[in-house]
Amino acid sequence: MRTFPSLRRAAFGRVSPWLLAGIAAAAAVPVFVDSPAHLNFAILVLMAAQLGVAWNLLGGYAGQVSLGHAAFYGLGAYTSTMLLLNFGVNPWLGMVAGGLVAAVSSLAFGWSCFRLKGHYFAMATIAVAELVQILFTNWEFAGTAVGLYIPMSEQGWKFMVFSDKLPYYWLALGLLAATLGATWWIERSHVGYYLRAVKDEPDAARSIGINISRYKQIALSISAFFTAMGGSLYAQKELYIDPGSVLSTALSIKMALVSILGGVGTLFGPVVGSVILTLIEEFTRIFFGGTGRGTDTIIYAALIVAIAVFYPTGMVGWWRERVRRRGLPRGTSAGLKETDAKAMLPRSSSQGGAL
Amino acid sequence: MGRAPARNARKTVMTFEILLQTLASGVLIGLIYALVAIGLTMIFGVMDIVNFAHGEFLMLGMYASFWLFSLYALDPMFTLPLTVLMLFGVGVLIYKTVIRRIIDAPMLSQIFATFGLMFLLRGIAQFLWKPDFRSIENSIVNGGVNLLGIQLGLPQLVAGLGAVVVTGTIYWFLHRTKLGAALEATAADKEAARLMGIDSHKMFALAWGIGAACAGAAGALLSTFFPIFPEVGATFILIAFVVVNLGGFGSVAGAFIAGILIGVIEVMGGLLLGPQYKLAVVLVLFLAVLMFRPQGLMGKA
Repeated sequence: MRTFPSLRRAAFGRVSPWLLAGIAAAAAVPVFVDSPAHLNFAILVLMAAQLGVAWNLLGGYAGQVSLGHAAFYGLGAYTSTMLLLNFGVNPWLGMVAGGLVAAVSSLAFGWSCFRLKGHYFAMATIAVAELVQILFTNWEFAGTAVGLYIPMSEQGWKFMVFSDKLPYYWLALGLLAATLGATWWIERSHVGYYLRAVKDEPDAARSIGINISRYKQIALSISAFFTAMGGSLYAQKELYIDPGSVLSTALSIKMALVSILGGVGTLFGPVVGSVILTLIEEFTRIFFGGTGRGTDTIIYAALIVAIAVFYPTGMVGWWRERVRRRGLPRGTSAGLKETDAKAMLPRSSSQGGAL
Repeated sequence: MGRAPARNARKTVMTFEILLQTLASGVLIGLIYALVAIGLTMIFGVMDIVNFAHGEFLMLGMYASFWLFSLYALDPMFTLPLTVLMLFGVGVLIYKTVIRRIIDAPMLSQIFATFGLMFLLRGIAQFLWKPDFRSIENSIVNGGVNLLGIQLGLPQLVAGLGAVVVTGTIYWFLHRTKLGAALEATAADKEAARLMGIDSHKMFALAWGIGAACAGAAGALLSTFFPIFPEVGATFILIAFVVVNLGGFGSVAGAFIAGILIGVIEVMGGLLLGPQYKLAVVLVLFLAVLMFRPQGLMGKA
């Protein structure tokens, strides 16, 4: 199925002012930001946004809420690092290899989890990620719980190791752009239409002959590929990985949270979510983290609850709702879709089970 | 050559003893898992929400016992009813402040509301009581007992028996009281129950109260022999999910049997593969059950 060129142009035309502003802002950051701490903050935003965008492909567009994406992140980080340490494989290649390993592993992930729906799917993904974490924690070759270090001896673009922050900013920006580009392309290709059908009307989709599992799997594999590349980038930036930092459930939750905060199933929602979440995280850490008594966790958690309760459609959904209520023309990225904001989210079945 | 069979025989006896010992401790911890899972399954059965913060109710139960013991020298076994009451209050409060607002929300919001609660309660515990590991020394349940040649810790034994008593009480409540019947009716069919004049909001609040109270009771029973720290719930929540799935979502009797089963499987897995793979064995089983029998062993299709 092909979209009409005029329609495509219309969609692109609406995006462009925002997109151009975004590109300009992203390019301007290194010009105006001197302090390494602030640049690091920008990198954190970009990296979290990239993970959110990758998660959103499966969680938002295909409507499959995964809480185990850290497994792919960790696979990416471990694949590139272990290839580098044991076989001297260049991290650029390692990054692609990590993405491929994750994409292939996602076949097993999909095979085991996709026959489940809703809560069951979410819980199964947690279990899979926990299993992966246990395996890596006990695997001698992968450094067990001690973790792996990437040497700083060779630096520069060829080795993807820098003592300076700025190159990591460009790397994170490039990866985010690639992930956004892939999502944008999928959104407009026939896969995107099928995914929407699979999410909103699974029975109708099946009845017209769409192979539901196949399209869910396509979304998962691409999502896993980009998530793993994010993991490799993390390893190259931190130069140290261990199961706790790249395979934890908290990380899976963060990826989902970034999307939910911004708006699931929207192209730029996770980017918005990442800015907000990273701001919250860093500010609570700076102002309350020093106490060592979990004040930052309390504020962070209270905000999660508040957002889940009061803004279930995320910031993009909230903004659209506001714009619509004022009767102004809508000018956000996905202006073509007349989706009711709430329908973007997978609904829970309201039937009670037997006690 | 002649001595070899004798040595083998002794080794077999040893293994058999170890096996029995392991089985017994598996059953005892399984009873606690069952109690935690019953609270979880109850909330799910009545209102179809998975409570990711359930392990934190257990944590609060442990801290309640700890503070009553260290401040007022009251033994966890005597303060159990008080802990249960407190947690009932916490459960109802959480229902009224948060859960009530997300009953009809998208599943994502429901998941993240309870996930947020999980982090929130952990953060509060860390704020109030610091992240230190604490333990209750010199409770009245102390030492060990020798039952038919099997050495068992008294705290574990009492905890297991306590779990049986609490589970029995819940079962009696659901099947022999009017309120329990109303709760079951709401679980079976919300709309029909409402037409019969049952206030579903009251029933939801009750389910959260009882659910939290079960986890609190488990926490109190555990507190005499398990370290107490803000993140202790994480250990139990995954296992509780497995138990609830195995027993069939919403089934109290199923959760009870599945709890014991998981306790035994976990301990046996630890014995055979090494303690670091205890949880892995349970998780593999969990995935297998989800895939091949998503309605659980005792659940209806």
